[in-house]
Amino acid sequence: MSNNTEFRTCPTTGLKVDLAAEKLIKVNAVAAVVFLAIGGLFGLLVALTRWPEVHLLPADFFYLALTAHGLDVLLVWIIFFEMAVLYFASAVLLGSRLAAPKFAWAGFVLMLVGAVITNIVVLQGKSSVMFTSYVPLKAEPGFYLGIILFAVGALIGCFVFFATLVVARQERTYQGSIPLVTFGAMTAAIIAVFTIASGAIILIPTLLWSLGYVANIDPILYKTIWWAMGHSSQQINVAAHVSIWYAIAAMTFGAKPLSEKVSRMAFLMYILFLQIASAHHMLVEPGFSSEWKIFNTSYAMYLAVLGSMVHGMTVPGSIEAAQRSRGLNKGMFEWLRKAPWGNPAFAGMFMSLVFFGFIGGISGVVMGTEQINLIMHNTLYVPGHFHGTVVAGTTLAFMAITYYLVPLIFRRELMFMKLAKLQPYVFGIGVAGISVFMMGAGTLGVSRRHWDMQFADAVLPFDYPSAAFLMMGLNGMSAVLAAVGGIMFVVVVVGSVFFGRKLEKDEKPSYPEVPPQSAAVAQHGSAESLKIPGTTMLVAIFFIAFVLYYFVNWKYLSEIWPLS
Amino acid sequence: MSDHNEEVDDNTPDNEPIPLMQRVLDNPFLLLFLGIAVPTVFYLIWGIIEITQIPIAD
Ligand code: HEM
Ligand SMILES: [Cu+2]
Repeated sequence: MSNNTEFRTCPTTGLKVDLAAEKLIKVNAVAAVVFLAIGGLFGLLVALTRWPEVHLLPADFFYLALTAHGLDVLLVWIIFFEMAVLYFASAVLLGSRLAAPKFAWAGFVLMLVGAVITNIVVLQGKSSVMFTSYVPLKAEPGFYLGIILFAVGALIGCFVFFATLVVARQERTYQGSIPLVTFGAMTAAIIAVFTIASGAIILIPTLLWSLGYVANIDPILYKTIWWAMGHSSQQINVAAHVSIWYAIAAMTFGAKPLSEKVSRMAFLMYILFLQIASAHHMLVEPGFSSEWKIFNTSYAMYLAVLGSMVHGMTVPGSIEAAQRSRGLNKGMFEWLRKAPWGNPAFAGMFMSLVFFGFIGGISGVVMGTEQINLIMHNTLYVPGHFHGTVVAGTTLAFMAITYYLVPLIFRRELMFMKLAKLQPYVFGIGVAGISVFMMGAGTLGVSRRHWDMQFADAVLPFDYPSAAFLMMGLNGMSAVLAAVGGIMFVVVVVGSVFFGRKLEKDEKPSYPEVPPQSAAVAQHGSAESLKIPGTTMLVAIFFIAFVLYYFVNWKYLSEIWPLS
Repeated sequence: MSDHNEEVDDNTPDNEPIPLMQRVLDNPFLLLFLGIAVPTVFYLIWGIIEITQIPIAD
């Protein structure tokens, strides 16, 4: 295959890097961080408004900010970053040229144009319909148009990814099976195709409806198909951030999965069963049978949960095995104590794993149970849960890998080392706070997406218990902490990318340290040892927490809704 | 792309048969098909059938 692809060889890992892929990774990552900054700011404004003592924004701006927040972080930040992940996991990890870089650029431009259009339309104030845009709430046509353009661009990115897999196979740039991280990225891309197709099915008619060409869109049909997109897109995130956990474990420790076979099967469970859990958004909707609700949100979906638990065990397990093989064998936890906690890539990744499991994961399974769902549907428990998954889990993992992208792909020295070291802790603790406190407020009944929990001008007054106000105050303080952590991230990354010292052609970055065995990220195969007592202990703690919390919520349900 | 020989799997040194599951997992397009078909059937089609059976109020 002759073409004029140019490669460089990475001095740290020895990987062959297609320069066209590298450039695309850079632009997508930069666009992602810009929208994270914008969207995060809106999140802070929302949280400060929901803090009763502050109550910052007037009602109409609150709903505008909430719409912009949901769109910019959930859609724009995450998906731009995922495009970077797809190009990295295909071209770079397979040592291949990127198929059709021109298409990838076209996809990038479409996404950027779409994101800008939707942002402008939302800021004009007539489209404060939240990112879910449930009909019959009607936004301006540009709102839907922007999202559709963005989605088409992302779909092109997925096709470039699949095409690169084909190219790499044909040009034999790798041996045997693809590396696990690439397999995980492929899982994300597969889920993305279903997500975007569902989005097109529902948003194109909605655009026509907003333009006046379609008379009516059935609300329950809209909601059903919309969530095929809305929920599945969260599962793209899960597949992507789990891949990043494996990538960071490999790049920091040279860790190999305990059993590549088992890890690949866990990703297969995602491909088959994660997306059907979209039905948990319809749990209180009339018109669906319990069979449909329970099959899609419990029985079958638990296989996907099993997949997550496999990853949650094998990632720390692989780190433990790698650390023990290096002699850190004392007691149960020497391997963990002596891990590089000052390396923000590792620290961010490990917190992402713990918070995703303990906060996002447990609450998700509990809330996905049809009966228990009735006591928290549409309360602040829901945003509490998903800030545990998509912020403490996905966002923190994406931030973590960025600390490797800056030296390895942008080839810049990381600036503000002290700030970088602290950043994952500040952001992680802040986000864990907003998750837990919103869940607490939701358990006390406080609704989500609501401007005034005091019901000041309501005809029928209502008082939440004072503990709910305390929760919202703590939530506001955690939000400030999370915002500080977010700003630290943006300062370090933007500063380094634009003003950091350029690394010499063969220079290896010194911080964060990337050992030579990091090349394991591009290999497949399993660890030799299965001696992981520390991880087994962590998993046992997880299960006990899980069971207790599940039980407590059934108990709570029985008290709210006595049956005898 | 024609200057390469047909699929010879580098994975198996001695022409051992590749296990079925490994062949499935090595086939991105089969997985893509499954990942679209399962939610389309169980969530979308089944769900939409149930919606269409809701009687219309008169
Ligand atoms: C500084 C960081 C952040 C803070 C302080 C924050 C805070 C909040 C608050 C207070 C709400 C409103 C809950 C309600 O009234 O219903 C909210 C909603 C939301 N947040 Fe965040 N958030 C942050 C970061 C993020 C990130 C990084 C993501 C996604 C990756 C995210 C995704 C969402 C989504 C999807 C909603 C729901 C919007 C809606 O109901 O329409 N947030 N956030
Ligand atoms: Cu969901």
